[in-house]
Amino acid sequence: MSAVLPTSAPTPTVTSVPRVGLLSMKSWGAVALALLVVAVVVPVLNLAVPAGSAFHASDYAVQLVAKIMCYAICALAMDLIWGYTGILSLGHGVFFALGGYAMGMYLMRQIGSDGQYRMPMPDFMVFLNWKEFPWTWAVSDSFVAQMLLVVLVPGLLAFVFGYFAFRSRIKGVYFSIITQAMTYAAMLLFFRNETGFGGNNGFTDFKRILDVPIATPSMRMTLFVLTGCTLIGFFLLARWLVGSKFGRVLQAIRDAETRVMFTGYNPLHYKLAMWVISAVMCGIAGALYVPQVGIINPGEMSPAASIEIAIWAAVGGRGTLIGPIVGAFFVNGAKSWFTQAFPEFWLYFLGALFIAVTIFLPQGIIGLLKRKKESS
Amino acid sequence: MTPDLMKAGAQARVEHDRKLAASPVQSGGRETSYSRVHVPGALDVTHGAILYLDDITVSFDGFKALNALSLSISAGELRCIIGPNGAGKTTMMDVITGKTRPDLGKAFFGSTIDLLRMRENEIASIGIGRKFQKPTVFEQLSVFENLELALKADRGVRSSMFFRLNGEQLDRIGAMLTLIHLKDSAQRVAGLLSHGQKQWLEIGMLLMQDPKLLLLDEPVAGMTDEETERTAELFLSLEGNHSLVVVEHDMKFIGELTQNGKNGKKVTVLHEGSVLAEGLLSEVQANEKVVEVYLGR
Repeated sequence: MSAVLPTSAPTPTVTSVPRVGLLSMKSWGAVALALLVVAVVVPVLNLAVPAGSAFHASDYAVQLVAKIMCYAICALAMDLIWGYTGILSLGHGVFFALGGYAMGMYLMRQIGSDGQYRMPMPDFMVFLNWKEFPWTWAVSDSFVAQMLLVVLVPGLLAFVFGYFAFRSRIKGVYFSIITQAMTYAAMLLFFRNETGFGGNNGFTDFKRILDVPIATPSMRMTLFVLTGCTLIGFFLLARWLVGSKFGRVLQAIRDAETRVMFTGYNPLHYKLAMWVISAVMCGIAGALYVPQVGIINPGEMSPAASIEIAIWAAVGGRGTLIGPIVGAFFVNGAKSWFTQAFPEFWLYFLGALFIAVTIFLPQGIIGLLKRKKESS
Repeated sequence: MTPDLMKAGAQARVEHDRKLAASPVQSGGRETSYSRVHVPGALDVTHGAILYLDDITVSFDGFKALNALSLSISAGELRCIIGPNGAGKTTMMDVITGKTRPDLGKAFFGSTIDLLRMRENEIASIGIGRKFQKPTVFEQLSVFENLELALKADRGVRSSMFFRLNGEQLDRIGAMLTLIHLKDSAQRVAGLLSHGQKQWLEIGMLLMQDPKLLLLDEPVAGMTDEETERTAELFLSLEGNHSLVVVEHDMKFIGELTQNGKNGKKVTVLHEGSVLAEGLLSEVQANEKVVEVYLGR
């Protein structure tokens, strides 16, 4: 090869490689602004500005935004696995719910003897006449241990499921279908009282977190700021992942998996790594969601809930990272407005939205904005 | 056994070893494998062959795509393989690269590496590069990024996350861009390249992996005459350091590669899953059986 590839001779080479940083200066500004809003502006508007003022951020609005930010983390996780790796998961709800349940177990233990029955065990266990905790609750009174489970349980399920699915080279719609089956099976399991997670009622009536009452404005605001910072942190993490060679291998897998294999990469490891990262992100989103919304039940594992996550990503624009976040805000914002203003029309609107996005906005909202920018 | 006898035996062995070391043992002009250390996973071409297929049979629903195919490629050789549609050319490549498992037979890379025990990515890592019939590049990535991914480096997940190009690697990519005439398109998305350019990019990606054996499935399909000529030149320049197996329909290109049989390169004709004829292009073209099934008359 030396005849054609002079390695020692001074060759004119590409000097300007587009080695951009994580974000452009402008985008860093936007991130800083977002951080300022969630960590300073909203807390001040909610806690310091009196309720009568026009600038006051109501508790309702804060809670709604917090909830949507949790959804946005899921949409971001979905974009990593669907937009960048080309694997459509219709079962991400199960990871979200498992993270939520892990957090919920801790919150149930924090109720202590303040439940309906004034007993040291959670109400549903008293109702079922259980005398001791099932093994799954072994570490539930430790905050640190349960937070570890928030990461480990979704991560482990994703690892085992992903390992066998990817090793068997299950792809495309077949993979999507078995993820649906997975979340559905988990839902049926969690509906059963014997499983030990409160059956169809799930967990609710939380009182405290880390021995601090959960319903106080300051606690709510703490959780809000935490959720906002997590979302921003995950966004930066996702940017770093997709901008690394790792991210480019994933995009290559999406476009031509056989070529990736014949280039010497093992797609199994790459897909599995991204799949587990994505699942863990959803689990953490679930753990942030539960104390703010105040309930977790098997409904979160329903197939429809998982499909919704994919919809947020598609509406916002796949493969853009910021798009799915925008999509989560847009769809859920519209949902909360519609269900108040015209409750009977919400589903029609949702249907129309999907048709419109599919036909007119294959690249989602972000794609539309990009096209506008290019044409002007 | 007495200590005396044991001592005598040991002395005899030492004497024997000294004799062996003093008189170089030769076999066919090479050193024999005596005392050659076998490194697992390392390519061993001391017996001359880099690729050795024996009795490979692949059947799909009773149809034998490969029927007891035996073929051997020497290290540094450029071998052309021709054959009518359905002769098993692509299936043969699938077997070598681990995509298809044969029902019967053996496939060795060098004399020690059993290809039938490895996965596709492992086979690629030990030095077998493959170009597909339909040019397959990463369409959403730029030309530069395509080459970067193909660049020889640790293929693990973690090292990919923290990977940064160093100056030497940048130079290699730059040199490759010049070689495949895509320097001006380095930042273009690969999906926007012409068919011929994609072929070149794929060849460039193969070379970035620095493989010892290149399998090229119809590498000049869709290229202009000038591009075809340049490709032939490129392949001939690779010969020696790399072994090449070129599957091609284009007889003109085969003629260029073998200089119509003048440079002594062999051509293998496949038919119905096994080797029909092998030899110089002129010999093969004169072969009655080949004329009948392939060149048509």
